[in-house]
Amino acid sequence: MTKDRSLTAESLTVGYGDRTVLTSLDLIVPPGAITAIVGANACGKSTLLRAMSRLLSPRGGQVLLDGRQVHKIPAKELARTLGLLPQSPIAPEGITVADLVGRGRHPHQGLLSRWSADDDAAVADALDATATADLAERAVDELSGGQRQRVWIAMALAQQTDVLLLDEPTTFLDVSHQIEVLDLLTDLNADRGTTIVMVLHDLNLAARYADHLIAMADGRVHAVGEPGEVLTDETVRTVFGLDSRVIPDPVSGKPLMLPIGRHHAAAEQSSRA
Amino acid sequence: MLAVAVIAIFAVTLMVGRTFYPPADVIGVILGHDVPGASFTVGTLRLPRAVLAVAAGACFGLSGVTFQTMLRNPLASPDIIGISSGASAAAAFAIVMLSLGGTGVSVFAIVAGLAVAMIVYVLAFKDGVAGTRLILIGIGISAMLDSVTAYVLSQAAQWDLQEATRWLTGSLNGTRWPETVTVLIAAAVLVPVLLAHSRNLAALQLGEDAAAALGARPERTRLVLIVAAVLLISFATAAAGPIAFVAFLSGPIAARLVGPGGSLLVPSACVGALLVLVADLAGQFAFGTRFPVGVITGVLGAPYLIYLIVRTNRVGGSL
Repeated sequence: MTKDRSLTAESLTVGYGDRTVLTSLDLIVPPGAITAIVGANACGKSTLLRAMSRLLSPRGGQVLLDGRQVHKIPAKELARTLGLLPQSPIAPEGITVADLVGRGRHPHQGLLSRWSADDDAAVADALDATATADLAERAVDELSGGQRQRVWIAMALAQQTDVLLLDEPTTFLDVSHQIEVLDLLTDLNADRGTTIVMVLHDLNLAARYADHLIAMADGRVHAVGEPGEVLTDETVRTVFGLDSRVIPDPVSGKPLMLPIGRHHAAAEQSSRA
Repeated sequence: MLAVAVIAIFAVTLMVGRTFYPPADVIGVILGHDVPGASFTVGTLRLPRAVLAVAAGACFGLSGVTFQTMLRNPLASPDIIGISSGASAAAAFAIVMLSLGGTGVSVFAIVAGLAVAMIVYVLAFKDGVAGTRLILIGIGISAMLDSVTAYVLSQAAQWDLQEATRWLTGSLNGTRWPETVTVLIAAAVLVPVLLAHSRNLAALQLGEDAAAALGARPERTRLVLIVAAVLLISFATAAAGPIAFVAFLSGPIAARLVGPGGSLLVPSACVGALLVLVADLAGQFAFGTRFPVGVITGVLGAPYLIYLIVRTNRVGGSL
C-alpha cells in the first residue's frame, strides 16, 4: 500500500526561451485519487507535468511535495516518491521486458550496491500488476503498442513511487488498448492507493476514468473538480473553442461530450428550441 | 571469458616474434629477472607494445561504446565524429611543428579532442542534440582534421612513412614505456569514473525525460560521460594514433557477444583490447610485409560501416 502524498503547485510560472507557458498556476492534486489534466494542444498540460516532476525549473512559484520544494529534494530521493512516465520514452534496441522493467529500480540502487532480492520482488510485482509476466523474456521491440505501454507502466511501477504522473499514456493506442491501460491504472489506484495524475487527450475517457478533472487553457487552470462539474458545454467552448453538447453517459452516468461541428449546427439549434 | 581471451593473446604476443621465447622466459622478464636475449626483446620491445595495445584498445572500446550508447547510435563513435582525428592532428602537429614529446603531445591531443567534441556538440545543437546531425557534422570535421594531419606530415621532410602511418591510421611500431605509462595512468583514473556512471548511462538510454524521472540527472551525467570518454580516447590516440575503427567496432561486437540488457562498458573494453592485440599480431606476422595495426582494423571496420549505412537506408533514415 502506498502513502498519501500531498502534491501542490503555488503560483507556478514556467517557460521555454522567451515564451511563458504556465502563468502563476495554482493546483492541488488530491492524494490517493486519479486526476486527469485535459486541454487543447499547447495549453501547457505536458509542461505542467514536467514541472511537477522537476524536469523543468520554474521561473516563479514552486511545486511542493509533502510541503518540500521538489527542486530541493535530491534527485534519487524524489524518484523514489514521485514517478513519471514521459510521452515517448525510448526502449534500447533488443532489450527484454524484464530488463527494461528492472531499469525502474535505478533510484533504489546505490553506486556499489548489487541487484537485491527487493529489486527482484519489485520487478516481479510490477510485471504481475500489469499482466506482463508472460512477456518477461520477450524483446520490447516485438510487442504490440498496448503491450509495450503496459511494460512502460510496469517500469514506472518497479520504481515503487506513491505518486505516478503519466503524460498521455494512451496516445497511439487503438480504443481497446486505451481502455486496457486506463483500467490498469484504475486497478493500481484502487489496490495500492497510488496517486495518479495523467494528461489525457480524450475528454470522454478523462471524464470516465478520473476522480478529479483539471481543464487547462492558455497556461492557466480553467476549471477544477469532479468530472460532472467540470465537463460542461461552457468548459468545452472556452477550453477547446468547440460547440458541443454534454449528456450523461448511459454506461457510467459520467458526462459524455458530443461535438456538434459545422454541419450539424442547424439541427442542433432546432432540437434545442 | 573475454578477459581470459585478452590475457591469452597478450601472453602469445609476448612469446611470438622473429624469435620465439617460451613462457618461462617471458615470465622471468616480467618478474624482473635478467634472461639473456629475452630481456631486451621482450622487456623493451614486446612488453610495452603489448601493454599499450591492451590499454589503448580498452580506452578506444570504452570511449566508443559510451558515445554510442549515450547518443543511441552506432555511428556516433568518437573515431567517426572527428574526436580521434582532432587528437591525432594535434599530436602530429605537436611532434612535427613544435618538436614536442611525451607529456606535451598528450596535452595537445587532449585539448584538441575536447575542443572538437565541443565544436561538434555546439554545431549540432538545435533544440537538443539530434544523432544524425551530430554524426554528419562530425564526419565533416573529421575529414577536415585528417587533411590537417596530412598537411602537417607533408611538412616533415625527415619523417619516415612508418611514423606517418601512426598519425593517419594508428600504429604500435616503436612503442616505448613512457607513452604506455601515460595511457595506463589515464585509464586508471578515467575508467572508474565511467564505470561509476554506467547505471546513469543505462537510464539515459531511455531518453532524457525518463532518465530524469528515474533520478539520473541527464545534463550532469552527459557532461561527465563526454569528458571522461573524450579524455580516454585522446590519451590513447596521443600514444598509438587513431587506430582505425576500434572505438566504432568494439561496442557492437560486445553487444552481439553478451546480448542486450546488461552494461556493455567492460565487455567493450575487452573487445577493444582484443581487437588491437589481434590486429597488431596479424599485421606483424600474418603477411609478408609488416602492416601497422590501423591498416588491419581499417580493413575490418570499413565493411561494417558500409553495412550499417546500407541497413540504415533500408530501415528509413533514423540512423
